[in-house]
Amino acid sequence: MTEPVISVRDLRVEFVTRKGILKAIDGVSFDIMPGEVLGVVGESGAGKSVTGSAIIGLIEPPGRIAGGEIRLHGQRIDNLDPEAMRRIRGRKIAMIFQDPLTSLNPLYRVGEQLVETILTHTDLSPPAARARAIDLLNEVGIPAPERRIDGYPHEFSGGMRQRVVIALALCAEPDFIVADEPTTALDVSVQAQIIALIRKLCRERGTAVMLVTHDMGVIAETADRVAVMYAGRVAEIGPVRDVVKHPLHPYAKGLMGAIPTLEAEAERLVQIPGSMPRLSNIPQGCAFNPRCDRVFERCRVERPDPDTPRFGLEGEAPLMPGHRVACHLYTRNPVENAS
Amino acid sequence: MMAQAKPSETFVDVRDLKRVFDVSRPWLNRVIERQPKAFLKAVDGLSFEIRRGETFALVGESGSGKSTVARMAVGLLPVSGGTVTIDGVSMTDVKDSQTRQQLRKRIQMIFQDPYASLNPRWRVERIIAEPIHAFGLLKGAQVTERVGDLLTLVGLHPDDGRKFPHEFSGGQRQRIAIARALASSAEFIVCDEPTSALDVSVQAQILNLMRDLQKEFGLTYLFISHNLAVVRHMADRIGVMYLGRLVEISEGKRLFSAPRHPYTRMLLDAVPDLGMTGRQRQMVAGEIPNPINPPSGCTFHPRCPLANERCKREAPAMIDGVACHAVQEGRVV
Repeated sequence: MTEPVISVRDLRVEFVTRKGILKAIDGVSFDIMPGEVLGVVGESGAGKSVTGSAIIGLIEPPGRIAGGEIRLHGQRIDNLDPEAMRRIRGRKIAMIFQDPLTSLNPLYRVGEQLVETILTHTDLSPPAARARAIDLLNEVGIPAPERRIDGYPHEFSGGMRQRVVIALALCAEPDFIVADEPTTALDVSVQAQIIALIRKLCRERGTAVMLVTHDMGVIAETADRVAVMYAGRVAEIGPVRDVVKHPLHPYAKGLMGAIPTLEAEAERLVQIPGSMPRLSNIPQGCAFNPRCDRVFERCRVERPDPDTPRFGLEGEAPLMPGHRVACHLYTRNPVENAS
Repeated sequence: MMAQAKPSETFVDVRDLKRVFDVSRPWLNRVIERQPKAFLKAVDGLSFEIRRGETFALVGESGSGKSTVARMAVGLLPVSGGTVTIDGVSMTDVKDSQTRQQLRKRIQMIFQDPYASLNPRWRVERIIAEPIHAFGLLKGAQVTERVGDLLTLVGLHPDDGRKFPHEFSGGQRQRIAIARALASSAEFIVCDEPTSALDVSVQAQILNLMRDLQKEFGLTYLFISHNLAVVRHMADRIGVMYLGRLVEISEGKRLFSAPRHPYTRMLLDAVPDLGMTGRQRQMVAGEIPNPINPPSGCTFHPRCPLANERCKREAPAMIDGVACHAVQEGRVV
């Protein structure tokens, strides 16, 4: 068994505010293997982006990592000082943000930004760095890279800009990339190109990727495994096919049913009543219990942890290995469930 | 409230609609740099009709002109050419302003961003009552009662009227926007990306609500979206736009089961979908070209796998719901 690139254990992130401490992330654990894409989905405020920021060490005060461990190749990185973290960031861990226009400096040519990054993280000479920058632009599918390298970001279209951002993330050949909504700002036809590009790079370079998005379609096509987040916790995690086709957690079921698809014929979409609780007001027990249609006594008291389901529900597909769910329904006796 | 609609009757008729934006540099620059004036044809000869009580959707990528059509349909933007006729009354004909005023209250719009479309300094009751006051429909206590009814109708509580927009979540704000659109008993509602800013579970709530209201009041929707799955769920008929022109109009289901125009096929192929884990997709080449300087002939030809010489020269006409030489010549299998 190979060693995971990134291993997150019981991560907790808090924000200190006037109204008290808000727990944005409350006990999140997962591993990502080399070459694997872990999709992280959830609605706004579920804690997807904060998880990504915590891994690359970009949680700014008043936020803080309040507990847990983040390991890169087995080595802890959550407690490094800012200078040591800065050296890892960019070289070992890179980030792709949602809006390609704001993650590039509009006053510098694309080439200058790439060359600067390459020089910072490698021992290459400036001419070699430029040659490498052209190679990278070529690799991410920018036509005529020798010419385009001297262009400014505004001269590129949205899709091309996002390719430049990906090239920028690849400069130091990182082992791990956090991609936070990389295709949300793009049109569908371009989105597909970027998804294919990210997949190809993972396969070829063995880079691990954490893909944060609210678009289940993107996850279904790009990710190997998927984690569904709700109110700062992982509700369900498992191989993408299982989670998409046979979700176990009532929230995940609702979420999948709520998405209109190109295939299914539905008169009405599944509707989850209510909305995600505010961080200041997370219910006791399972955070989903006020909205859940299968709630029972234990859900209101005890908070479930992601676990391998012990029992299947009546009439559902057999449980798959590696599929974990944080729901009491799957740990209590099936006889109780049937009633 | 409203009489049950006869489904076959044409309610909105858009003929040869055009909109040109002047995107020239300032006069002095043009003189010094000897540049001609530049124009952008955002909408270039669009025709479609919407039957009473149906949902007609326009889909396309950014820059295809969807929102420009929506704004012209409600009269927020003057047209450069062509006509918009709603229930037999021309929106574009200035002479008929008295009748048009009467028509205005039957048309409403729901915008994409519920954070921007509601006045943050107004209480919700005032926001919803605005169309009622603007058209002088009701007075005094009747207004309060009507606002309470509308809030209940969209799934909020009548007491919510005392609150300000910032006290609501995105989905609730969109409900308020819908309540406002219904306040003047509108029959035709133009929805410009009504759920794009919302989370999926909230999107499902809003889409279900819109369908319920349509059934209850016989509403006619012009539904603008870039999300094909949402459009498939909502629309009876769909128009696909590319660079200001319609390339295909089709009954909703048929567009997805048997797309005809190469661009429609490309779009459908590109959409990431839940049912498609691990599938090999056909790669889409290129991006939407610059509309200031669109390609000659059929504007899709540089990206089209079936383009030939004729496509480069000659813009195809809309025949039998599709504007494509390759389809008309039978080159599409």
